[in-house]
Amino acid sequence: MTDTAYNFAYLDERTKKMIRRALLKAVAIPGYQVPFASREMPMPYGWGTGGVQVTAACLTPEDTLKVIDQGADDTTNAVSIRKFFEKTAGVETTTVTGEATIIQTRHRIPEAPLTEDQILVYQVPIPEPLRFLEPRETETRRMHALEEYGLMHVKLYEDISRHGHIATTYAYPVMVEDRYVLDPSPIPKFDNPKMDDCPALQLFGAGREQRIYAIPPYTKVVSLDFEDHPFERGSTGEACALCGAVDSYLDEVITDDAGGRLFVCSDTDFCRSRRNMVALAAAPYEAAE
Amino acid sequence: MNQAVTPDVAQAPGAGLQQAAMPATDDLPLLSVRGLSKSYGDRLGCADVALDVWPGEVLGIVGESGSGKTTLLRALAGELTPERGEALYRDAEGRVEDVLRLPEPARRRLMRTDWALVHQNPRDGLRLGVSAGANVGERLMAVGWRHYGNIRATASHWLERVEIDPGRIDDRPRQFSGGMQQRLQIARNLVSAPRLVLMDEPTGGLDVSVQARLLDLLRGLVRELGLAVIVVTHDLAVVRLLADRLIVMRGGAVVEDGLTDQVLDDPQHNYTQLLVSAALRG
Amino acid sequence: MIILNSALKSFTLHLQGGLCLPVIEDARLNVAPGECVALTGPSGTGKSTLMRMIYGNYLTEGGSIMVGDLDVATASPREIIRLRREVLGYVSQFLRVVPRVSAVDVVAEPLLALGTPSAEARDRAEALLDRLNLPRALWSLPPMTFSGGEQQRVNIARGMVHPFPALLLDEPTASLDAVNRAVVIDLIREAKGRGAAILGIFHDAEARRAVCDREIDVGAFAPQPVSA
Repeated sequence: MTDTAYNFAYLDERTKKMIRRALLKAVAIPGYQVPFASREMPMPYGWGTGGVQVTAACLTPEDTLKVIDQGADDTTNAVSIRKFFEKTAGVETTTVTGEATIIQTRHRIPEAPLTEDQILVYQVPIPEPLRFLEPRETETRRMHALEEYGLMHVKLYEDISRHGHIATTYAYPVMVEDRYVLDPSPIPKFDNPKMDDCPALQLFGAGREQRIYAIPPYTKVVSLDFEDHPFERGSTGEACALCGAVDSYLDEVITDDAGGRLFVCSDTDFCRSRRNMVALAAAPYEAAE
Repeated sequence: MNQAVTPDVAQAPGAGLQQAAMPATDDLPLLSVRGLSKSYGDRLGCADVALDVWPGEVLGIVGESGSGKTTLLRALAGELTPERGEALYRDAEGRVEDVLRLPEPARRRLMRTDWALVHQNPRDGLRLGVSAGANVGERLMAVGWRHYGNIRATASHWLERVEIDPGRIDDRPRQFSGGMQQRLQIARNLVSAPRLVLMDEPTGGLDVSVQARLLDLLRGLVRELGLAVIVVTHDLAVVRLLADRLIVMRGGAVVEDGLTDQVLDDPQHNYTQLLVSAALRG
Repeated sequence: MIILNSALKSFTLHLQGGLCLPVIEDARLNVAPGECVALTGPSGTGKSTLMRMIYGNYLTEGGSIMVGDLDVATASPREIIRLRREVLGYVSQFLRVVPRVSAVDVVAEPLLALGTPSAEARDRAEALLDRLNLPRALWSLPPMTFSGGEQQRVNIARGMVHPFPALLLDEPTASLDAVNRAVVIDLIREAKGRGAAILGIFHDAEARRAVCDREIDVGAFAPQPVSA
């Protein structure tokens, strides 16, 4: 049960109402960054305060919450945030993607396809995709308002001229519904295609920068590129050493000091579920180990 | 919208450039300014300024500091809002609109396509943190060019046009000399084939020999591209070389105007006579 | 072709307390197509001033200056620019050029301004420079470093590369040796032959005799002294 010293999900009702208003506005204008009055949270900036506030505003007692950090349920941050909501909201929590109704994530999108009954909440450090090229907030706001996105392609041009290809590998900018350019948070570009036409609601919260934005279900999301340098999702070409998946985002694990390494699924739940299926089938699914 | 640079047109290097063989014998001005007035509180910027610019000609605006010439230019460029006046611009399709009353998105689009502003200090008109190629290509990307190879080839072509070694296409402007930066700024502006170019003291701060080279370049480009140019300067040698017609400003007002060589050789107004006699003879 | 009627000019020197200097009064002349008329008179009497008035370089206060169909005295700056581009050529005494432009480009410029394709413009410019015996090595160099005679020849070439219907020549043969003087005289004769109306100042009596049909003493247009 809720610790009675806290309101449900920590935030007071007025604050949650303010955040929901911002969320509604964000959903009504896909990709538009809505300013909101970000609150002091019991964790420092840079540790997911934006995501936590969005999750808190969305939670109902019937929800089941999953929290992942870089794809894993069991890292310190994921564990802390999950415990935070267990304590302040008393909701069910899970590590199984398919069982969750709200998934808060840092820097990854789950491999398992999401459904219309799910909300994906992203933790965002810097919401402004143009920030590194144009430091003035007044100017970037105007650029979004006037659809002046030439500068975005300037950045990609620079990449190609310097590296021969678009060197951005995470936080790869996308165009939402042919209108707003959005920073999808530092997810690997491998995950970008999952955002397009996704059945789930995708919400983005930046606590320090005080911005909320959203991609409603089944929205067109296109990664920026050039005609002669089209967007490539990229992959290591390896298979997961534990479950054998070839189509999942893999982490590289150094196993010894002689250069030995393994690739394993970053999404721990996905990997586990694949291994379970192998066990259930009582027959090798794929050559594992 | 400037038809010459939409992506539908062939994107070969050099595409997107309007070639005008000779100054147009249009009777209709490209830009007509009437009654332009701007004050800074009690201080007068410019008062009741009128001028016309035709396609393919260079109009010089001379005066000393405080004459109002810079206020006039900035008002036309949209950097400040005058209290009164109109600036009627005739676009490529022959439609006339008062640019001073354009909504901001249209104004900004105009300044990136049909119009260009060349700042006195090239650092104000360049992105110092990105390469020369990106600086020149930005306007193209802003109007929808999405083919890296074509953007790069066009940028390279323009660097050559302004006499910058195309091999420096990936260098940052920080690594360029002042004269090169100014030429890069010109390339960056001309790549979108503007019809009207506003220039503020284009040779300010440059060595004399570098100035000569730049003026030469500008003359050639004006003639080849049929540009209309308004150049604001205090340097009479610059206007003599560059401008077909001249306006002399003092204390916010236009005191004399006419053919450049006539105003400089046979000045009528006492201030103009003072200005001309005070200019150092080269 | 060039017709002056009661043209009037004075200078008002504001820097000298508004001192008014009348210089030309009641100037009349008429140069027909195919004619070459010389302006004569001691220096300082206004020969160059009159030429400049015709060219629009100096403002004319009164009367009319017709060049073809245009009254230069009342024309707008743009009309004068057009006149200078298409109808009225001017070879001044001094060559004033942009620092880095090569001699051949200086000469080709009037043709380019008329829309002549650049290859043709260059060819014609080179042919004329050749005729004026300007050494080929100098063609691609800026005239700033040339000798007086060499600069004058570039000047003449520029003024005559386009067959203007009307021409103003201010000392076209000064600084030239006998060979080139003869070339210039030939050029003037050819211009006359094709119907150009030419007004010139020739200190060189021989050249004057060779090409001019009439002489007009500018002293006739000197302002009458006003008794105190």
